[in-house]
Amino acid sequence: MLRYIAKRFAVAIPTLVIVSIFVFSLQKMMPGDPAVIMAGEQRDPQVIAYLREKYHLNDPVPEQYAFWAGRAVRGDLGQSLRSDVPVLDLIGDKLPVTIQLAVMAMIIAFAIGIPAGIVSAVKKGTITDYVANFVALSGLSIPNFWLGIMLILLVSVHLGWLPASGYVPLTEAPLRSIETMLMPAFVLGTALAATLMRHTRSAMLGVLQADYVRTARAKGLGERVVILKHTFRNAVLPIVTLSALLFGELLAGAVLTEQIFTIPGFGKLIVDAVFNRDYPVVQGVVLCTAIGFILMNFFADILYVVLNPRMRESL
Amino acid sequence: MSVETVEAGGRANGPANAGSGDGATVLRVSDLSVRFAGQPVDTIDGVSFTLSAGRTLCLVGESGCGKSVTSLATMRLLPEKAARITSGEARFEDRDMLRLSRREIERVRGDRMAMIFQEPMTSLNPVFKVGDQVAEAVARHRKVGRREARERALEMFRRVQIPAPERRLDDYPHQLSGGMRQRVMIAMALANDPKLLIADEPTTALDVTIQAQILRLMRTLQDESGAAMLLITHDLGVVADIADEVAVMYAGRIVESGPVETIFNDPQHPYTIGLMSSMPTLGAPKGRLATIPGSVPSPFEFPPGCRFATRCPFAQTRCFSEVPPFERNDDGHGWACWRTPIETIAEAGGHA
Ligand SMILES: Nc1ncnc2c1ncn2[C@@H]1O[C@H](COP(=O)(O)OP(=O)(O)OP(=O)(O)O)[C@@H](O)[C@H]1O
Ligand code: SF4
Ligand SMILES: [Mg+2]
Repeated sequence: MLRYIAKRFAVAIPTLVIVSIFVFSLQKMMPGDPAVIMAGEQRDPQVIAYLREKYHLNDPVPEQYAFWAGRAVRGDLGQSLRSDVPVLDLIGDKLPVTIQLAVMAMIIAFAIGIPAGIVSAVKKGTITDYVANFVALSGLSIPNFWLGIMLILLVSVHLGWLPASGYVPLTEAPLRSIETMLMPAFVLGTALAATLMRHTRSAMLGVLQADYVRTARAKGLGERVVILKHTFRNAVLPIVTLSALLFGELLAGAVLTEQIFTIPGFGKLIVDAVFNRDYPVVQGVVLCTAIGFILMNFFADILYVVLNPRMRESL
Repeated sequence: MSVETVEAGGRANGPANAGSGDGATVLRVSDLSVRFAGQPVDTIDGVSFTLSAGRTLCLVGESGCGKSVTSLATMRLLPEKAARITSGEARFEDRDMLRLSRREIERVRGDRMAMIFQEPMTSLNPVFKVGDQVAEAVARHRKVGRREARERALEMFRRVQIPAPERRLDDYPHQLSGGMRQRVMIAMALANDPKLLIADEPTTALDVTIQAQILRLMRTLQDESGAAMLLITHDLGVVADIADEVAVMYAGRIVESGPVETIFNDPQHPYTIGLMSSMPTLGAPKGRLATIPGSVPSPFEFPPGCRFATRCPFAQTRCFSEVPPFERNDDGHGWACWRTPIETIAEAGGHA
C-alpha cells in the first residue's frame, strides 16, 4: 500500500511540472508587458528597466521559468501587481472560503444525488425513476445564476429565512457563516447532485445485474442489505473518481455563484486579477487550483484501492 | 394450457421410502408456468417434479430450455417485473413457495433451501472476504454472534475441503481459483444445513478434473446431510454418475422423467432418445436418431401442440396442434408424446 501511495505520488510530480510550465507561460501569454504594468501610470523607463532586471525578465525564457519555479516551490508566488500584497496571502485569505463552499456543496450533492441515484436504479422504469430523472435533467439544464437569483428572491427577499449575502468566516461565527453559505452551496450542490445521481443510477443498474447480487438474495438477505451493502459497495467505485473531479472543479471557484452571493472566494479573486492583468495572482490561483485537482485525484486513486480489493493485489 | 401433472420424483410413495427418512417429499412443484414480459406464451409451461430427501433429481435439456428459470422460480429469484409466475405451486415444508411474502421467502432462502450457481467466478461479491460472505449467510439465519458465525464458516471451509481454511477465510474472491470459489459457494449454501439444495450447472465453468472433484464433494456432503438435491446439468455423464431420477426438459416443458436407469435404458420420448444418442460415452440405443437437427424455437415460434414438433422426425399433424398429455406408468416413468412407443413407428419405417 505504501509503495502504491509513493508510486501515485511520483506520478503526480511530472503532472505538477507540466502544470507549472503552463502556469508560468500564462505570464507570457497575457497581453501587456508585466514590467510596464508594474511601473504604473508614469511608465518611467528607468523604473521599467529596474523591474525587468529584478524579475529576470531579460533572461532567456527557461531561466525565467527556473527562477519563477524556484520561488514558487518556496511558497513565494510574488506580489500582487495592484495591491503589493503577497499572492500567497491573498490565496490564504480566499482559499478557506472556497473550500468551505466546496465542502458544503459536496455534502449537499452527496445527500441528494446518491440516494436519488440508488432509488431511481432500484425503481427503474417506475414513476419514481422518471420523476428523479426529470428533476436531475432540470437540475443540469437550469443555469446556476438563474437558480441563485430565484433562491435569493424566494428565500431571502420573500420569506426572509436566509441572508442573501454578508459572508463571515467560519472561525468567527460558525453558524452564521454556514447560514450565509447555505444558498450558494445549494445552488452548486444541486447541479452536482444531478450529475452524481445519473452516475450513481447507471453504476447501480450495472451492479444490480451481477451474479453476486443474486447470490446475496439467495442467502436470504433482505433487500436493504442487498442494495446498500452488496450492490452499492460495488457501485461506489466509479463514483469516487467522479466525486474527486467534481470537488476539484468546485475548488476552481464558482465565479457566477460567488458573484451573486457576494462571497469573497477564488472565483472573485481570479476574475478581478484577470481584469487587472495582475498576472502573479492569476498564476497563483491557477497553480493552487491545479494542485487541488492533482491532490483530489491522488486521494481518489488511493481511496479507490482501499475500496477495491482486486486492485490491492497488483500493487 | 397446462400439461397433466408430472411427478418426476414419484418415488416418494414408492419402495424408496424405506430407511432413515430418505424419500420423504421435500419439494413438490406442480404445474409451474412462467411468462416473460412481452412474450406470447408461457416460457415455462406446466412443469412438475418432486424432490425427496437424500435423493438427487437431475434436470437435463439443451441450453435455453428453461432449467435455470425453473429453479430460480422455485427460489423466487426471478426478476419480479420481467417474469410472472402464471400458474403452479411449489410446496416446500407445507408452504407454497410461490405464494409466500417476500419476508417469508427471505427466511427460507439460504436457510432450508439453498442454491449454487453456474458461474463461480462472478457469484461471489468481489469486495468482501469469502469467509465473511459465508458467515453472513450463517448470521442471517441463526442467532449467533460474529465470532460463532466465523467459526461456522471455518468449519464449512473444512467440510468442503478448502486447503488451509483459516487463511482462506480472509481471502477475497479474486485470490481463489474457480474450483475454490465454487467450494466457497457450496460452503455458503450448506452452512445452514438446508433440506434442499439446488445446483444450477455447478461444474460447467470448471476444468474437467475439478468438475469431478466438486461433484464427488457434493455427493458426499449430500450423503452426510440427507438433503434433497436438484442438479441442473447438460452433461449426461454427470447424470449417469449422480442422479436418482431424471427429468428431461424441452422448450419449457418436462417431456420425460423417471428413475435414472429407466431414462438411460428405455427412453421413450423422441427428444430424450435424441439426447441419449448425442452423448458419446454411454452409447446410443442403436438405429435411432443420430443427432437432433435444428435448434430450440423461440417462444414466438412454439407450435401450439407439442413444442418438439418442429424438430421431431415422428411428428404428425396432430402433434402440431394438440399438446400431448404427460402420462406416467407404475414405475414412475412418464413422458408426453402422442406416438409412443416409438419402436412401433421406427420399425414401420420412421415417418408415418
Ligand atoms: N429475464 C428474461 N427475460 C426474457 N426471457 C428470459 C429471461 N431469462 C430467461 N429467459 C428465456 O427463458 C428461456 C430459458 O432460459 P434458461 O436460462 O432457463 O435456460 P437454461 O435451460 O438454464 O439454459 P442453459 O443451459 O444455457 O443455462 C430462454 O429462452 C431465455 O431466453
Ligand atoms: S408428440 Fe409428436 S412431435 Fe411431439 S415428440 Fe411425440 S411424436 Fe414428436
Ligand atoms: Mg441455465
